[in-house]
Amino acid sequence: MTSAILQVNAITFTYNTTNQAALNKVTFEICPGSVTAILGPNGAGKTTLLHLLLGLHPPTSGSILLNEKPLKQYTRHELSQRIGLVPQTEYVPFAYNVLEYVILGRAPYLGPLDMPGDEDLRIAHDAIREVGISHLESRVIPELSGGELQLVLLARALCQQPAVLLLDEPTSHLDLANRNHTLRILDRLRRNGTTIIFSTHDPEAAALIADHLVLMRAGEVLDSGDLDQVFTSEILSRVYGTTVEVVPINGLRVVKSMGRLEA
Amino acid sequence: MHNKQLVKQRKVFFALLLILLPLLVLGISVFIGRYPKPLFMPISVLFNDELGRNLVLNLRIPRLITSALLGMSLATAGGVMQMLFRNPLVEPGFLGVTQGAGFGAALSILFLSTSPLVVELSATAFAVIGLLFSYFIARRVRFGGWVLRLVLSGIAVSALFSAGLGILKYMADPTSQLPEIVFWLLGGLWSVTWNDLLYILPVVVIGLVIIFLMRWRLNLLSLSDETAFSLGVSVGRERALLLAASVAVTAVVVSVAGIVGWIGLIIPHIARRIAGANAASFIPVSMSLGAVFGIVSDDLARTLMMGEIPLGIITSLIGAAVFIIMMTSRRMRISR
Repeated sequence: MTSAILQVNAITFTYNTTNQAALNKVTFEICPGSVTAILGPNGAGKTTLLHLLLGLHPPTSGSILLNEKPLKQYTRHELSQRIGLVPQTEYVPFAYNVLEYVILGRAPYLGPLDMPGDEDLRIAHDAIREVGISHLESRVIPELSGGELQLVLLARALCQQPAVLLLDEPTSHLDLANRNHTLRILDRLRRNGTTIIFSTHDPEAAALIADHLVLMRAGEVLDSGDLDQVFTSEILSRVYGTTVEVVPINGLRVVKSMGRLEA
Repeated sequence: MHNKQLVKQRKVFFALLLILLPLLVLGISVFIGRYPKPLFMPISVLFNDELGRNLVLNLRIPRLITSALLGMSLATAGGVMQMLFRNPLVEPGFLGVTQGAGFGAALSILFLSTSPLVVELSATAFAVIGLLFSYFIARRVRFGGWVLRLVLSGIAVSALFSAGLGILKYMADPTSQLPEIVFWLLGGLWSVTWNDLLYILPVVVIGLVIIFLMRWRLNLLSLSDETAFSLGVSVGRERALLLAASVAVTAVVVSVAGIVGWIGLIIPHIARRIAGANAASFIPVSMSLGAVFGIVSDDLARTLMMGEIPLGIITSLIGAAVFIIMMTSRRMRISR
């Protein structure tokens, strides 16, 4: 087995504004070139965990290692060249066109007074082509649909050429066709060697693409491991706190909620 | 390749236009005024009329340059603040800066001295106090993100200063001090000399150069905190630097000119209409248009009537009219 690109060792995290821990003794490892889904219900601490992996907040206790070196030993610039983030959604108050917005992803490679050059422009064009929205390049962001915006955010993160790509609920606003389109892009990125970690509350999206699952509930990891080991009716029911059943249909795993409304 | 060259040529042409346009307007404005007779001054006055030459060299030229710097500073600072606060409706003075300056000026007129330099220093000092006050209150607000907290405390501090200003106006001698305060608040450049220009020049130049050099980076600061962080931006430090630059230029300009509204709101919007939302292109356009708008507004203020029309009235009149047109016409969106 290759050594882990990311190691999360017993991290606990508490926001300043509350006393309750948002994450409690979270531990797992990520192999390079794998796809990991962080799966759990709303409020499980998935976004907080992604923010900690990004280095946005330091853990209250425990440590996160990137290539066996603690995150806090990297400068912000070094981190941004290695880890990219696709946020759940992004409010863009100004009417940037898609190309202007995507090329902002080159910032990690530019000094404070630099402007993107021809090479950066080429990389931005490539990133836009990679997610299949070349036809939108000169459209302005506020005119895009939710699905198109999601792809723009992804293209911006690709422009960053990160070794590790974090995505926060990348499929939750998308219809089925767009969800599968996004998952196909992630699959292609994985084959090119990018390590992908995404959070989702949708177990089917996780089952379609993930190699590993980290199952979370109320700030704790309930279970983690290879998809085949942990994607079971019993474990998922515990994660979601309601009876669910994994049903194989045509080689796909479909998750049915068996709980009735009157509980 | 050929296409790329064409794009480059167009860019150079556009940049030249942005530099030459304000200079041209400035050059023409040297000959606009009410001496020797209203509207236009023949060039011969410069050579044959000593009074006319002195007037142009000692009063009109420093005033014109100041009006250009005023427009440039307010337009640029407005554009920057709109991006930092992720809100296209922000004005450069809203963090307690404008009201603080007004309070400081009135305080000086009432208790210290009416000499322009003292009034300017007092106005600058209180503009900075207004900003610092907003900033420290924002740090103590217990809810909301950085932007919301600053906006809220900016509103509160502005209200405090405008109440204080009300008290000062009420206390002022209605025959001598009150008109002075009111006139200052209306905004104008009639008293500007080379000394005033030298007072604001260093701050304005340094502030605008910082903003100009970091203009592409400004885009990154208009993103959400976590996205900006993920792109390697030191959000707090870079925001503070650009905010300090914008507030500094606004504060010195306001201290000399009084309250001149609307430039910082509408010029960035017009610039975005022309050049797009990318700060790398719209900030230079804002600078150029702001300078032109400043000069032309002051031309109108000095020549339209026998006495001066306060500059703040002219800019509000034009600004509000343009704003209404922008809001109601379908092709002009606020977000741009």
